[in-house]
Amino acid sequence: MLEIGLSHYLTVGAIMFTLGIFGIFLNRKNVIIILMSIELILLAVNINLVAFSTHLHDLVGQVFALLVLAIAAAEAAIGLAIIVVYFRNRGTIAVEDINMMKG
Amino acid sequence: MIVQAFAFYLFAAALVAAGAMVISARNPVHSVLFLILAFFNAAGLFVLMGAEFIAMILVIVYVGAVAVLFLFVVMMLNINFSELRQDFLEYLPIGGLIGLVLLAELALIVGSWVVAPEGSVKLASPAPPIERITNTHAIGNVLYTDYIYLFQAAGVVLLIAMIGAIVLTHRRRDGVRRQRISRQVSRTREESVELRKVEPGSGV
Repeated sequence: MLEIGLSHYLTVGAIMFTLGIFGIFLNRKNVIIILMSIELILLAVNINLVAFSTHLHDLVGQVFALLVLAIAAAEAAIGLAIIVVYFRNRGTIAVEDINMMKG
Repeated sequence: MIVQAFAFYLFAAALVAAGAMVISARNPVHSVLFLILAFFNAAGLFVLMGAEFIAMILVIVYVGAVAVLFLFVVMMLNINFSELRQDFLEYLPIGGLIGLVLLAELALIVGSWVVAPEGSVKLASPAPPIERITNTHAIGNVLYTDYIYLFQAAGVVLLIAMIGAIVLTHRRRDGVRRQRISRQVSRTREESVELRKVEPGSGV
């Protein structure tokens, strides 16, 4: 219990991943919270990558975590830009109305 | 060892609690602030694991850029959030069920995995001992040599994301006076200056 090993970090990562998935289902209407849940999922993935990387003394995991970080930043920027444009056009960000874009 | 265990449980508990608050907070501004707290605690966990560079980058990129971007958007858009939360509890059973199934599966994996014996000798880029070279140095040595193309590709992705965000949110307003240099340069004396003979006492 006091010896903190790899499985402790993996457990934290698994709990965070589940929280992220749960958040997507819980906040079905609010796109901003869904984006935040995606950030939580990516954070959980990063915890897993870095835990394995430091445990196995292999640096590739940390390099990959850096790339995940960059992609997460890009995804957040694009997602929020889409939300801003959508809000400008419709005055709401409710997810149910987005299927009106099907035309 | 006691200190390490204490720090781990502190950071992990705060991380999970902050994550739970992110998805359940009533006010999205509070959600963003709990997200920042979660990122800080994840950075603490990374420091505990021995990945200082990733920890600091996490603080800079996530807290400094992504979370502030979220905060900007949440505060800038005038959204009626209580309307968005109306059937908050409607999705709770199905979401909880899927979350439980996922957690059970992940628990099964975490409980039963082993490292293959030959796995520890087949490392792609083994980390040098920490006494000889720091974590940041070691990552730099690997990132700018073996993974330079991936690094450049990440840069290109960020550039495209930046351009995309600008293109999406930029709007051309009517009635804004812009400088048109070509028109300024191509003005002639005839079309802009007119000499009138003004009679005294009558006006133009």
